[in-house]
Amino acid sequence: MPPDRKEEEVRRVLDTPHPYVPADLAERAAERGRRILRRRRFVHQLLWLLLVAAIVTGVVFAVLEWPDPQPLDTTPPVDTW
Amino acid sequence: MGTRRAAAEYQRDVEFQAFTAGAAGRLLHAATLLTGDPAAAEKLLGTVLAHTYANWFRMRSEDPYDQARTELVRRFAYRPWWRRPHGGALDRLTAQERLVVVLRLFEGVAEEQAAAQLGLPVERVRAICNRATATLRSRPAPAPARSVTEARAAAEKARKQAASENSRENPPGGPPGGSPGGPPGGSAGGSASSSDTPAESSSAADEIQGAAS
Repeated sequence: MPPDRKEEEVRRVLDTPHPYVPADLAERAAERGRRILRRRRFVHQLLWLLLVAAIVTGVVFAVLEWPDPQPLDTTPPVDTW
Repeated sequence: MGTRRAAAEYQRDVEFQAFTAGAAGRLLHAATLLTGDPAAAEKLLGTVLAHTYANWFRMRSEDPYDQARTELVRRFAYRPWWRRPHGGALDRLTAQERLVVVLRLFEGVAEEQAAAQLGLPVERVRAICNRATATLRSRPAPAPARSVTEARAAAEKARKQAASENSRENPPGGPPGGSPGGPPGGSAGGSASSSDTPAESSSAADEIQGAAS
C-alpha cells in the first residue's frame, strides 16, 4: 500500500516540537501511585473487616437467640390406631 | 512489611522507573496534542502514570505502554464538555477528532483497535479521520468578527490591501499589458488581481486573528 500523501501531511502537522518532560514527573507519579495503593489497601482491609464482623455477629446472635425446643407436658393425643 | 511485599514494591519501583524513562516523552507528546496545553497535558499524564503505577501488577503480560495509552485515551474521552480542549497543533479539531487523529496517525494504532477503544464502528472512525484530515489540510477560516466595528475594520483593511496590490501590479505610469480600464485589454491584469483578492483578504483576516489572539 503506497503511503498516503494526505496522511503524510497531517503527520507533519502532528510532528510538533517534542515537549520537555519534567525531571520529577515519574517520581511524583510514583508517589501518587503509592497513595492510591495505600487508599486501596485501606478500603480492602475495611471491607474484609466488615465482612468478618458481620459473620461473627450473625453466628453469635444465632447461638444466643436460637429458640430451644419446648419440652411437652403431655403426650400428644392419638386418634388413629 | 513482609520481605516478599518489600521485594515486590522494589520491583514495581524499578520497572516503573525504566518504563517512564522510555515512554514518558512520547506519552507527553500525545497528551499535549490531545489537550493542546502543556500544563494540562502534564497534569493528565501525571494522573495516568499514577494509575499505571498502582495497577502495575494487575497487568499480566500486556505492554505497559499500551495500558498507559489506553488509560490516557479513556481519561481524555470521558472528560465533561466544559473541559473541551483548546489550542495546540490541532486547534480546529473537536475532542473526538483529536482522539482519532492522535490514535491513528500519531500512534499508528490500527483502525479496528482504535474503534474498539473508542467504542465506535470502524466506518465511523474512518469517516472522522478523513474529516479531520480534510480540516487540517484546509486553509484556516478567518476568525468571525465579534462586533460590527471589527468587521468593518477587517473589510476596510482587506480592501486597502487589495487596492495596493492592484496598483503594484498595474502601476499608473504605463502598464506593459495594455490599458487597465478597457475591458478587452485589462482582462489579464484584472483577472489576476481579482484572483489575488481572496488570498489577500484571508491573509489580512489571519493577521487580525493573530492580533486578536
